[in-house]
Amino acid sequence: MMSLVEIRKSFLVSIWFMFLTFPIMVIRVNTVENIVEWRWNNMIAVGVGSFLLSFVWRYLIRRKEQGVRRQRESAGPRVSIFQRIGEDRRIFLPALTAAALAVVVFPFLVSMYQINIMTTAFMYIMLGLGLNIVVGVAGLLDLGYVAFYAVGAYTYALLNYHFGLNFWVCLPIGAALGALFGILLGFPVLRLRGDYLAIVTLGFGEIIRLILENWNEFSFGPSGISNIPRPGFFGVEFSLLAHTRYIYFLVVLITIFTIFMVNRLQNSRIGRAWLALREDEIACQAMGVDKVRTKLTAFALGATWAGLAGVIFAAKTTFINPASFTLWESINILCIVVLGGMGSIVGVILGALVLVLLPEYLRAFAEYRILTFGCVLVLMMVFRPGGIVSNVRRTYRFEGPDSGDK
Amino acid sequence: MSMDFGGLRAVDRLDLEIQQGEIVALIGPNGAGKTTFFNCITGIYAPTEGDIHIHPPGGQAKRINGLKPNRVTELGLARTFQNIRLFQQMTVLENVMIGRHCRLRSGIPGAVFRPQHTVKEERQAVMDSYRVLEKIGLERFVNDLAKNLPYGAQRRLEIARALATDPFLLLLDEPAAGMNPQETHALDQLILRLRETEGVSILLIEHDMKLVMSLSDRIYVMDYGRKIAEGTPQQIKNDPVVIKAYLGEEYVA
Repeated sequence: MMSLVEIRKSFLVSIWFMFLTFPIMVIRVNTVENIVEWRWNNMIAVGVGSFLLSFVWRYLIRRKEQGVRRQRESAGPRVSIFQRIGEDRRIFLPALTAAALAVVVFPFLVSMYQINIMTTAFMYIMLGLGLNIVVGVAGLLDLGYVAFYAVGAYTYALLNYHFGLNFWVCLPIGAALGALFGILLGFPVLRLRGDYLAIVTLGFGEIIRLILENWNEFSFGPSGISNIPRPGFFGVEFSLLAHTRYIYFLVVLITIFTIFMVNRLQNSRIGRAWLALREDEIACQAMGVDKVRTKLTAFALGATWAGLAGVIFAAKTTFINPASFTLWESINILCIVVLGGMGSIVGVILGALVLVLLPEYLRAFAEYRILTFGCVLVLMMVFRPGGIVSNVRRTYRFEGPDSGDK
Repeated sequence: MSMDFGGLRAVDRLDLEIQQGEIVALIGPNGAGKTTFFNCITGIYAPTEGDIHIHPPGGQAKRINGLKPNRVTELGLARTFQNIRLFQQMTVLENVMIGRHCRLRSGIPGAVFRPQHTVKEERQAVMDSYRVLEKIGLERFVNDLAKNLPYGAQRRLEIARALATDPFLLLLDEPAAGMNPQETHALDQLILRLRETEGVSILLIEHDMKLVMSLSDRIYVMDYGRKIAEGTPQQIKNDPVVIKAYLGEEYVA
């Protein structure tokens, strides 16, 4: 229903925009011929453009509000499409098979460049799932997550450089060190919440990066470490393409492992305690949940996956330096979690794919790439504030006296 | 027991005793320090002076000053909150299951590998939680989100959650606040029933005098952090000090 009021409002918006952009879009002083050019065409473009945009915007907002109202009217819980896919076996199994097939066939159909992008996307799924434990499930806003990623990467690089340890030995060491650093960060921030926690974790991330950048004897400073060996496979020599494929499958396997682990952790006594901690810390403690231990496990388990991903990152790129572990990286991973849907595993997977692949495929837009990307993020947050997959947490349900299960 | 906040003495040498199976009420005007006293007992604050001793039935006496809240709960003291503090985004069942948390043991390996005993423990937790809900009369909300419950039911869910921790002493902080007369009456019955069937002792803070008078075996009255009276409901009703604290000097005839 397009009421006249809506049209008038959009019209006023377009007038306002034409007025605002008048000095830069319409007037141009031609200094060569010393005349003032009046580009009225631009003004029309701005007017029509802003009118249409404002109209569409209003339309979408209204639709969203109607959706909320409809949801409130229909008493039953709303079942999202993802939940339906997840619960109906007839859809779920074929969908899973198709996805698995696509993942397996993918590296044999496309170029090495594409495989590399996909590998990166899978690594971000791991990172996102790790951070999801901390931010999405336990509700602890961590802006220094990339520090653990750096710990993992430098663990492999340095252990290999000094002691010649190979990838497979370093993988668990990297994960363990990640967890250790998670606990190290966890201790001082136990009493902090929300904004304060965010600032301290941000500081922690920067400290790790600055140490790596400035402690030349230890980490070789900004020049980084190069010639890190790729992961071996029982001593088989690979061509570059084969190796890229090998790493791809490796990452896929570890990602599946991650999904499995994170899923199990979330649906357990600990996962429940994390959720409760997010909801209300004081009540949680008063109900007998050990706050210290629960928070530390969240930090440690979240950091474990970052450490793991870090080792793989070092092995994949064969070169690391502190520039790979900036705050921007933390923000990016956080975006994956928020965009995908806090606390939802499927959401994080989709979020990671969108956030890694979208900027890559937007390269066609050249310099508008980041702008487009930013717009997509803003629109997402306006129209789906809960993320791509919101509110599909599997809850414990009581089905009857016999089948007390979820 | 005393509690200082900086220079302010919020609770001043209050001493209070609860016998096994007793319902004791703690009353007093707003700001008298009742909730602070609660927070000291349950470990949210560490009292500045004094001792808190518990003698669990069939267990050893223990001093619980300054223990962490979760330890206090494990020892068998469970509380509810004056301003409802449920886990809003979790279901009613899950809320109660958090109450079971400290009685369950499975850790990270249990979560990952899901051995038989963990599966069994989890199933048992669901069953136990459901039983608690049945006792409180909330079983029809079992799969609803806590935030969607009517107000009275949210209050009762707080009690259910506390009860799920297997306490021997239940501390209720204004359980009837904001309830209508019917709900208050139902609560009255519920608390009495809990004492009968569960054998828990109850310490309650409440402003609803009708509820307090009908429920309690003994009443303590606080004002400005001090105990100003204690006794049976009948004694308290006629105590001039109490009337003065509540209504002011001129009403004391």
